[in-house]
Amino acid sequence: MQRTRSICHVIYKPRPTLCSLTSLHFTPSVPRCSHHLEVRSKMADKPVALAQKKLMDVKLGQLPSWLGTRDFTPNGLLGSVRGGYERYYNKYINVRKGGIGGVAMFLAGYIALSYLWEYDHIKHDRWRKYH
Amino acid sequence: MMTSFFDQFASPSYLGIPLIAVAIALPWVLYPTPSSRWINNRLITLQGWFINRFTNQLMLPLNVGGHKWALLLASLMIFLITINMLGLLPYTFTPTTQLSLNMGFAVPLWLATVIIGMRNQPTVALGHLLPEGTPIPLIPVLIIIETISLFIRPLALGVRLTANLTAGHLLIQLIATAVFVLLPMMPTVAILTATVLFLLTLLEVAVAMIQAYVFVLLLSLYLQENV
Repeated sequence: MQRTRSICHVIYKPRPTLCSLTSLHFTPSVPRCSHHLEVRSKMADKPVALAQKKLMDVKLGQLPSWLGTRDFTPNGLLGSVRGGYERYYNKYINVRKGGIGGVAMFLAGYIALSYLWEYDHIKHDRWRKYH
Repeated sequence: MMTSFFDQFASPSYLGIPLIAVAIALPWVLYPTPSSRWINNRLITLQGWFINRFTNQLMLPLNVGGHKWALLLASLMIFLITINMLGLLPYTFTPTTQLSLNMGFAVPLWLATVIIGMRNQPTVALGHLLPEGTPIPLIPVLIIIETISLFIRPLALGVRLTANLTAGHLLIQLIATAVFVLLPMMPTVAILTATVLFLLTLLEVAVAMIQAYVFVLLLSLYLQENV
């Protein structure tokens, strides 16, 4: 492991700011300097087994072996669909001040899916050149 | 290949799965189950308010025996309204334009009301075939007419819903095609037609909701006679 020289000129001392003193919620002291941020994130990275990684964390070369660890039984597929639904629901709809956005995104996805589903059928429509 | 305006009502399928399956399953996803919390999120609160108001309104003319049908009628109403409104989005498929689906709703539910009436109170159910105050010479004819009208009810229920939705979608497609074709030739006429199209779309939204309501209301009336 290489030792990197400290290139940062700022000595990082987390100070109590007005925001952290007067706010009623937890304000974590995050360093603003990128060097210190990088040091912190390297300390937070622990080796995680491939099966437990999320899709966005998997490297491209590891993708086939990651797919091999997934559960493709009917129960597993159902569980993943249900998990996806719950994630979407809890992020966009089950919030304190939910708006029309959550449902609108879903309906836009439904329109796109319907278009894809019946493209083969509507491409024969002679009233328009492009569909 | 011959293209007609009725091609939009053919059920499209992709990789062997028909789109109607997705369209019928969709209303179930759009109405999440209320959690056991005291205050839910906005979507569930709205949904609960609407269902409560509607069920209250629907159960007013029914006696206690008819209240057993509350769940069925309310869920049928929600289902039909959602399907009709979703069908107004572009590129989507409306399952209620298929006569098979609407007859599949109308015939069993109507038959259930008739059988319940005949089983529990046959005299009253048969008595509905003769309205009060009929002049005596007219009685035989009127009984025949009322029997025919009884058997036409499921047909009317199914065909009413199908015809209204099909006609609406067809009109929208016709006028939209007219706007597209007229736009390079006569822009003013095209703009007028586009205004008509906009008004028609508003009408279709109303029709979508009204037709679902009428379907369920008539069913509740048939139930009221027989329970």
